[in-house]
Formats: sequence, C-alpha cells, structure tokens
Amino acid sequence: MTTYSQTLGSRVYRFESLKDVLAKASPERSGDQLAGIAATSAEQRVAAAMVLMETPLRRFLEEPVVPYERDEVTRLILDGHDAGAFAPLSGFTVGDLRDWLLSEQVDGARLTEVAQGLTPEMAAAVSKLMRNQDLITVARKCRVVTRFRNTIGLPGRLSTRLQPNHPTDDPKGILAAIIDGLLYANGDAVIGINPASDSLSTVHTLLKLLDELRSAYAIPTQACVLTHVSSQLQIMEQDAQAPIDLVFQSIAGTEQANKSFGITLSMLQEALAAARALRRGTLGNNVMYFETGQGSALSAEAHEGLDQQTCEARAYGVARHFEPLLVNTVVGFIGPEYLYDGKQIIRAGLEDHFCGKLLGVPMGVDICYTNHAEADQNDMDNLLTLLGVAGVHFIMGVPGADDIMLNYQSTSFHDALYLREVMGLRPAPEFEAWLQSMRIVGPANRLAPRTSGNPMLSYLQTG
Amino acid sequence: MSSKLATPDPWQGLRRFTDARIALGRVGHALPTAEVMRFQLSHAQARDAVQQSVDFDAIAVELERCGLATETVHSQATDRARYLKRPDLGRLLDESGQRWLRELRDELGGHDVVLIIGDGLSALAVQQQAVPTLTQIVQRLRQAGIGFCPTVFLARQARVALADDIGERLRATATVILIGERPGLSSPDSLGIYLTYGPRRGRQNAERNCISNIRSAGLGHLQAADKLTYLLQESLRCKLSGVDLKDRSDLLSLPGSD
Repeated sequence: MTTYSQTLGSRVYRFESLKDVLAKASPERSGDQLAGIAATSAEQRVAAAMVLMETPLRRFLEEPVVPYERDEVTRLILDGHDAGAFAPLSGFTVGDLRDWLLSEQVDGARLTEVAQGLTPEMAAAVSKLMRNQDLITVARKCRVVTRFRNTIGLPGRLSTRLQPNHPTDDPKGILAAIIDGLLYANGDAVIGINPASDSLSTVHTLLKLLDELRSAYAIPTQACVLTHVSSQLQIMEQDAQAPIDLVFQSIAGTEQANKSFGITLSMLQEALAAARALRRGTLGNNVMYFETGQGSALSAEAHEGLDQQTCEARAYGVARHFEPLLVNTVVGFIGPEYLYDGKQIIRAGLEDHFCGKLLGVPMGVDICYTNHAEADQNDMDNLLTLLGVAGVHFIMGVPGADDIMLNYQSTSFHDALYLREVMGLRPAPEFEAWLQSMRIVGPANRLAPRTSGNPMLSYLQTG
Repeated sequence: MSSKLATPDPWQGLRRFTDARIALGRVGHALPTAEVMRFQLSHAQARDAVQQSVDFDAIAVELERCGLATETVHSQATDRARYLKRPDLGRLLDESGQRWLRELRDELGGHDVVLIIGDGLSALAVQQQAVPTLTQIVQRLRQAGIGFCPTVFLARQARVALADDIGERLRATATVILIGERPGLSSPDSLGIYLTYGPRRGRQNAERNCISNIRSAGLGHLQAADKLTYLLQESLRCKLSGVDLKDRSDLLSLPGSD
C-alpha cells in the first residue's frame, strides 16, 4: 500500500489514503469539519497539499477514492477514462498539472483535447493547489459550447437562467416574474421554474404555460420545470408532444448520494433518450440541465469519507456523460454547516466553476446564500465579478435577488446587467437579436428607454 | 417612494400578481437607492432573527400567567456560531440538561405529549409567535382530552431533533416542538411546529409532521393549533407520525385548514 507522508522540520505528517490527503489538503470549510475529515491544523493542511503536489496523476487511476465495485459513479469515471487524451499528461504529478494548466502554450483547444483524459479527482486535486486567481485564469481558457434553441458558452457572452418561482405556483404570479425578467434582458440560458408542488398536474400546467409564452413571442430560449426526473419521464411517456425542452435533475458524486435523490445513472440515460426523441432543439441536442452543490453528499450521509469538493467534482464526471446544455452549482444554498461564510462560498464557487470547465462541463453558478450564513449581497457581488472574469456561462436571474419560494438570496436581473456592463459581456447571440427585435435593448445592449408599449405587457390580460 | 433620477418600470401593475420583487425600476443597470435600502432592511431583519437570542425569561413569565410551569434546557451547541456549524450538537441535550431530566423523570415522565419551545433559527419568530400559539394548543389539548406534561421545556440552541432527546428521557408518547424557522428575506418571523410520535434519538425527518409558516402574514395561531391537535389525535390513534400519517390524514378533511 502506498504511504503518504510529509516531513516538515521535526514533524512527520502521515495520511492514510489518497482520499485522506485530498480531504486534509482542501481549503478550510465547515462541511469537511462537520464530517470530521478536515485538517486539524493549518500546517497539516499545507503538508497534505505538499503530498498532493508530488502525487502522480496515474495514482488516481490506481487508487479509486470510492471502490469500483461499490459505486457506479466510480465505474462511470474509470470506464469512461480516455487513455489517449491522458497520454500527454501521464507522466505528471498534480503539481506539474497546475504548472501545465497555467503555462502560456496551453490554450482552450489544448484543454479541450485533454478534458476526457482528466478524472474528476484529478481536477479536484489540482484545484486544491491553486489560488483563486489560478482557478480564474484556467477556467477562462476553457471552451465549452452547448446548443438547444440558442448558443451558450461563447466567449464574451453571459447568459442567465430566469427563475420566476412562486410559493403557490400561481400561473399569473410566475408569468409576471418572467415578463419582468425578459424585459430586463434575462432568460437566455433557460426559463426555469422550481415548482412548490411536485404534483404531475402542476408540473404539466407550468410546462404548458412556459411553452405558450415562448411560442407567442418566438423567444429563442428553452424552458424547464425543475422537478424530479422520474416525473419528467412519466410526462414524456404519457404525452408524445410534451413541451419538455430540458430535463432537469439534481445530481451528486456518489452512487449512494444519487440514490438518496432517487436516481440512478440509467434513469438519466433513459431521460436523455426520451428528451432527445422529442426533437425540440433547433440548433443542437444538449437536452439535460443538472444542478449540484458541495455538501449534498454529506447531507445525505453518502460522502464515502470524501471531502465535499472532491464529491462535487465527481458530480461533474456524472454530468458530462450526458452532454448537458447547462450545469450549475448552487453554491451557497446548503447552509453554513457546509460553507460557513462569504469567504468559503466564494472559494467553493470558483473551485466548482473551474473543475466543471476543466472536465468539459458547461458551467453556470447559482451565486447565493441563506440568511443563516455569514454572507451578504456584497459577498455575492464579489463572487459574481470573479466568475464574470472567469468566464461563467450563466448565472441566475431572480426578481430582486429574493426567491420568495425557496427563501434564499441569489443574483438579480439587475446583477446580470451589471456584469454584462462592466465586463463588456453580451447575451447569447440568438437571444441578443431577439432582445433587439423586441426593442428591449438598444445600442450596446443597454436597456432601451421604457415604454408601456411592449406587447408582452398585455400577455397577462389576454393570456 | 421613488427618486426623480430613477427610471421606473411601466409594468408596476404586474405586482398585483406576485410578492416577488418585480418592476423595481433602475438607475443605469443598478437598483434605485430606495430599493437597495428596502432589501437591506429585509436582510438586516432576517440576520437579527438568526443572531439574537430569545428572551426565554419573558416567555416563562407569560406562560406562568397561563398556568404553565417551565424549565430551561440547553443543547450541546455552546454558542450561536457553534450551533450554525454543528447541527449535530443542537440535537443533543447538554450534561446539566441530561442530569436535570433524570431527576425530573419520575415527576414529569410518561405523559402523552411533551411540549417544547426551541429557539431554532429565528428568535423573532419565537418571540412573536410561540406564546400565542402554545396557549391555543394547550386549550385545544385540554378540550380534546389529550394529556400533556404540565412543564413546558424552553430550549436554547435547539434543532428540531432536540425534542427527541427530551422526549426519550421523559418517556413521552409524543413530542411537539415550536421552533423558529430559517428566516426568508420576506418572512423573518416564521414559526414551525414539529410533531414526533415515539421520540428517540436518531429519528429521521420523514418520521415527523410539520406545520410551517406560522407568522403574521402566514398561518394564524388558531389555525396552527387546530391542525396540530388534529394531527396529534390521529398520531396517538395510529401510533405513528411522519409521512405515513400524512398519507392517511390526507384522506380525511383537516379541520381549520383551507
């Protein structure tokens, strides 16, 4: 058995396994402390990172952090590993990988070539050796582009998921929030409702409502009702014309955690096939939408002794297999027992975005917090700006940043306009053209002067 | 309240359809100043609700006036920061509480129901809703002939599952805990009630029934007490709580519910 140790002065730090090294090397966060796997001193944390620096990347193929026999996520990762893509990196340590990623000759095309040769654990490991600016530099180089009715992830673009939730799923309440968001130039990643009720009839009603609005104004975007994948499968089985653009599901990085969500990989495969068979995409066939978040495996007591950031990277290993249109980490939603404060949320958001992009996943981030976390809107502004620099594909657009159904704070329609303005970013090209044709934006993509003449404003009266 | 420099949105009429923060107007790409202040006030109230401590002495005095004795207990989470980071500690009684309950067991043990008020995540909710809700509950229980422990436990740094620890030590048939819910930006004062049949440490949330959103703009105290009494009757009759009870009681009409 390989031993992992580091001598610092007169002290010898020993780590019992690769996953122990990963956990101890992880930047401080409350979730790993809650799990009892975090470093117990600052020096031990650096000792673990130094061990990680010297660990060969091959080691991650030889020592699965969750046993192959027991976990279908491990099997997906190892069986899907592309040895050819890995070949140029196969002599590297984790430290070498960091240096290579940051070097000037490694550009987006080169990163795309190696993406399938990197496992989620390698991505997680290298992130633990990287400062925030490193996570930004490399993520910014990655190119992942996906398509359904528009194009997400092009350089210089920033999309938003319009999130018009309502505590009782009231159709008019939801429509009012959608129209407000569209008039604020939001909604190109997806218009996605978290329903308060999981009843099939409610989900069906909301799907129809979204489809009718989108069709009425020929909006080049996609719609989604974020309910359990099994409900969406059921609706597609019952109705061959079901207005399902994207199939949503929350996913995690271990088989047991996915089981606690009521899903298996084969269910996702089935949903992918069913959604593609509907042939609703006009520009492309990326039909899946996944949400993730550090801490979800631990909260299901299914983390397998892994640190929460490595678990999270494994969720991206799951995601990329299904060629999703959108994946976002819901980074601050889970609460302070997993990410205590703004500092931990910001770090986690940058790690998640980096790991996803490096693995070839179309990453967005729900930049968010709850009222019991030590965080506020200024922390969200910081993470928002950092992710804008890092090239995040999409963020959330929630009316006034206040989700009145899920009771947490995310980013607002205005926040997206801020980021587009200060970073010179534009919406997805097809959506941009639509915004201009609807006279919602004028030159330079700034909001046009407000008139009460927009046809969508009468939709609630006539619709 | 709008500034003359802000650009208003001509669709403010849409606000009648939702409480979401829509049609806020703008200055450049930013929120108008008054909206920034409105948001900050909401967040400040929610933060205060989490961070401030409940004045349990005042609650004890009020309950005494209604003829109820009280005992104060504390979880193993020594302070708020620890409480927020270690939910596991908020589910267990500290040593003096354990000792205290051992001493009280003969005197207070074996009732149908033990009533608990826990601070949870909103001091504001407990301060405003707990006493009026509990007094309604006590009245309903007396009318329904359900026996309850005459001493109400007031629990600091409490998670819902602290009720399991208390109930198990007192050999109660069921526990009812009134607890401050995680405050939303527009609902910092929301109280929840959790009913657990057969309390013991390690119970899962699916084994409880919850009545949520008790606050001035939400569910009223009287309605909450009616719902709880009904659930409690069913729970004692079926000898269970949680998802299984909900599935059964959905078949019946719930008095006082809409």
